[in-house]
Amino acid sequence: MTDKYTQFVSHGFGKDLAKKLGLPQPAVLRRYKAGEPLVPGPVLVIGSGNGKTAGSDDLAAALAGWGLDVRRSALPKEKLGAIVVVLDAVEHPDELAGPVLTAAPSLRDLAAGGRVVTVSRTSASAANPAVAAGRQGVDGLLRSLAKELRAGATANGILLGDGAGTTSPSTLGALRFFLSGRSAFVDGQFLTVGSGAGQLSADADKPLAGKVAVVTGAARGIGAAIARTLHRDGAGLVVVDIPAAGDHLADVANEVHGTALQLDITAEDAGNRIIDHAVERHGGLDILIHNAGITRDKLLANMDEGRWNSVIGVNIASQLRINEALLGAEQLRNTPRIVSVASTSGIAGNRGQTNYAASKGGVIGMVRATAPLLAERGSSINAVAPGFIETDMTARIPFATREVARRLNSLQQGGLPGDVAEAIAFLASDAAGGITGEVLRVCGQNLVGA
Amino acid sequence: MPAAAHSASEPHESRVAPGTVRRAVVVGGNRIPFARTGGAYAKSSNQDMLTAALDGLIARFGLQEERIGEVAAGAVLKHSRDFNLTREAVLGSALSPETPAYDLQQACATGLETVLGLANKIKLGQIDSAIAGGVDSASDAPIAVSEGLREVLLDLNRAKSLPERLKILARLRPKDLAPDAPNTGEPRTGLSMGEHQALTTAQWKISREAQDEIAFNSHHNLAAAYDRGFFDDLVTPYRGLSRDSNLRPDTSMDKLATLKPVFGKSLGAEATMTAGNSTPLTDGASTVLLGSEEWADARGLPKLAVVVDGEAAAVDFVHGKDGLLMAPVFAVPRLLARNGLTFEDIDFFEIHEAFAGTVLSTLAAWEDEEFGRTRLGLDGALGKIDRAKLNVNGSSLAAGHPFAATGGRIVASLAKMLHDNGPLDGRPARGLISVCAAGGQGVVAILEAYSAPEGR
Ligand SMILES: NC(=O)c1ccc[n+]([C@@H]2O[C@H](COP(=O)([O-])OP(=O)(O)OC[C@H]3O[C@@H](n4cnc5c(N)ncnc54)[C@H](O)[C@@H]3O)[C@@H](O)[C@H]2O)c1
Repeated sequence: MTDKYTQFVSHGFGKDLAKKLGLPQPAVLRRYKAGEPLVPGPVLVIGSGNGKTAGSDDLAAALAGWGLDVRRSALPKEKLGAIVVVLDAVEHPDELAGPVLTAAPSLRDLAAGGRVVTVSRTSASAANPAVAAGRQGVDGLLRSLAKELRAGATANGILLGDGAGTTSPSTLGALRFFLSGRSAFVDGQFLTVGSGAGQLSADADKPLAGKVAVVTGAARGIGAAIARTLHRDGAGLVVVDIPAAGDHLADVANEVHGTALQLDITAEDAGNRIIDHAVERHGGLDILIHNAGITRDKLLANMDEGRWNSVIGVNIASQLRINEALLGAEQLRNTPRIVSVASTSGIAGNRGQTNYAASKGGVIGMVRATAPLLAERGSSINAVAPGFIETDMTARIPFATREVARRLNSLQQGGLPGDVAEAIAFLASDAAGGITGEVLRVCGQNLVGA
Repeated sequence: MPAAAHSASEPHESRVAPGTVRRAVVVGGNRIPFARTGGAYAKSSNQDMLTAALDGLIARFGLQEERIGEVAAGAVLKHSRDFNLTREAVLGSALSPETPAYDLQQACATGLETVLGLANKIKLGQIDSAIAGGVDSASDAPIAVSEGLREVLLDLNRAKSLPERLKILARLRPKDLAPDAPNTGEPRTGLSMGEHQALTTAQWKISREAQDEIAFNSHHNLAAAYDRGFFDDLVTPYRGLSRDSNLRPDTSMDKLATLKPVFGKSLGAEATMTAGNSTPLTDGASTVLLGSEEWADARGLPKLAVVVDGEAAAVDFVHGKDGLLMAPVFAVPRLLARNGLTFEDIDFFEIHEAFAGTVLSTLAAWEDEEFGRTRLGLDGALGKIDRAKLNVNGSSLAAGHPFAATGGRIVASLAKMLHDNGPLDGRPARGLISVCAAGGQGVVAILEAYSAPEGR
């Protein structure tokens, strides 16, 4: 549910009042619903140079192939669902002006919940200073533009590594994700497509059909939302949580037609028990979502061993041990895709959360170093870093702090558990096969952090 | 992955040739923690608790929308609204609404009897899968109106005019308004179960200390099993409880020794039965998933144990020939003989602890030469069991005893113990269950660790 304040300022009297007082006016975000169009209007595809490049032509053709109403130049006063700016050929900062200023007037015509997506090349892959400058410029440009958009519109970027092009499966997969309502709370972020690996699903509404997924910490909050979203996308599910949460876990399992595994993930043999359960009951394991996590906040000066160790133990040590079991498992015919839940606290830090941020920073490091190990086996691992998400965990934050925390982002509201779940479902799909070792923030472009 | 639900008209997956019998396996079980009466489940009905136990089982084994061959369960204390209790629980659960169900009641043996009856149907090929269970609430027990009030109310319903109705109402007397609460007294003797057992306990000269020791072991074994995670795939929390609320992990022989006798006080110095070595009234529910081997294999479900055989017995307690709860003493030798087994062949003994005195009187009768000769028709004593094999993960004294739910608790736990043990001395591990019941009845059963048949 959208929070009460957002509901209040979205209609009638509340809307007028907020305007007069200059209060934040968060929009009701455009979220994915099966059967609704991918974007709320035509898609304008702009290339570099005189507006057209081979990369942008190919991309526009692919989008048209999805049945989208694709425009190569804007018509006056026509509402647009999205603007895709293809900058893959930019080799100098001077070359940004053309496409960017071509797109500029159309920003006013962007529909509520519209999307701006840039497609450019990673600067890390450029040896030439001018090329790197042009490419890195996109970073600052995109993040600033995201802060200028209103009415629930977002801007995100796709970065192409050396092995990827504008129509690589994961470029198209990421573009579809960013254009859709699935990315509602992702704003001002980049995803790097490193290779041409991956495969787009034949059925866009059931991209996980036939997959078996395990979700830890699934009894409530973000984990329960992940289970529901993966089920909606066609996956079979194993939901895991501590025995004491078994009743809520059973409810989730019955809702998503999965099996419940009551298990503390810090148990020494947790990895093997998860693998055995998935293989015996579901015939395999294709997706593993490390979601279970806890907070035990205290200023470091007041920190005790119990708080520190339990947070490290649940949030990162267990993930390392389970991944090790996965990599060593002989019963698995293929290595599962892994998505791990980090946190913006692990990127930007947060007062009172040294232990938690250490564990979540740890998740990011673990993901980066595990990616090459999984790449050898044709698999991938990524992290999703949620910002402020409305769950039982954040409901425990004192009211005033919570009210401030949820407005401190470009979308001026907290995200919903389902928003995190959407990003995870995308990264767990074969369409994201060319994306690995990445951290995707689902934070509404929180003011803190990278 | 759980296969798609059967359509309502689809026949069984496997046919059994007439005259042959196949195996029925225990796939697993689920129960809610048992709660002392008036505690966590004070506001829960039989149907609430049975539905919760079913839903936990469905979640554990991925049975959503599955059409199960048959579900049988029961309750000892039933409201009139519970007339179709099991079917109503099925309808409220995540199972396919096309799953048939029936109620069964055999006092405290209800749960075990549902397992045996359904296992027999599976063995005969009548059904491929089944869920057995039981539930009881002593908190939400039915309160009946007095016989006087009941007659008045029925007549009132039949009356046609106002004067007629007033005349009927005038018959009411104050005493008619006092409700009739249920009690565990035996209708034919007027004695409570505890008073009956106190007589038996005294007859077999069971010491207070021996009874307290049974209680002590029950609490410590159950607590250790919880700590080991043994119940992680047998119990699903309910209403804030994740362990049985009667469990006292820190109880000691000294503490138990301080409790005053509550039954058999008229026996004077011989009164030995306390609240510590008798089970308290409890609320709870349990379920057991049974299936044919083929059914379990098709769904990738575990096969923990095989339901080998069962036997019921009853005693003439009314005329004092035997103690009220002594029927298993007679059922067990018959069951062992039929299966060509002795106590030596049993690795786990699950003797329901209605009272510590029941367990000890039962063992004493089996160890008694003369009893063996005169009452069991044997050459001597039936035998002595190795106490290290008795109720190794605790039993009713610690867990509590929601009457009809006890059988399911024991079957699921024993099946898991047998499976964890696998083969012993080149044969599958074997367990014996003994449950005594009101009315002088008893039901006993043998389970064996599952092992694939030869040549598979
Ligand atoms: N809510 C937010 O704003 C937010 C922000 C950033 C990151 N996160 C992360 O998202 C994840 C989910 O958070 P949430 O808000 O849904 O929290 P939550 O507390 O609502 O749910 C966490 C679940 O994990 C389970 N869990 C805890 N320890 C476990 C263990 N040892 N074994 C198995 N399960 C265990 C809990 O029982 C619970 O069901 C966590 O990793 C959290 O750090 C949340």
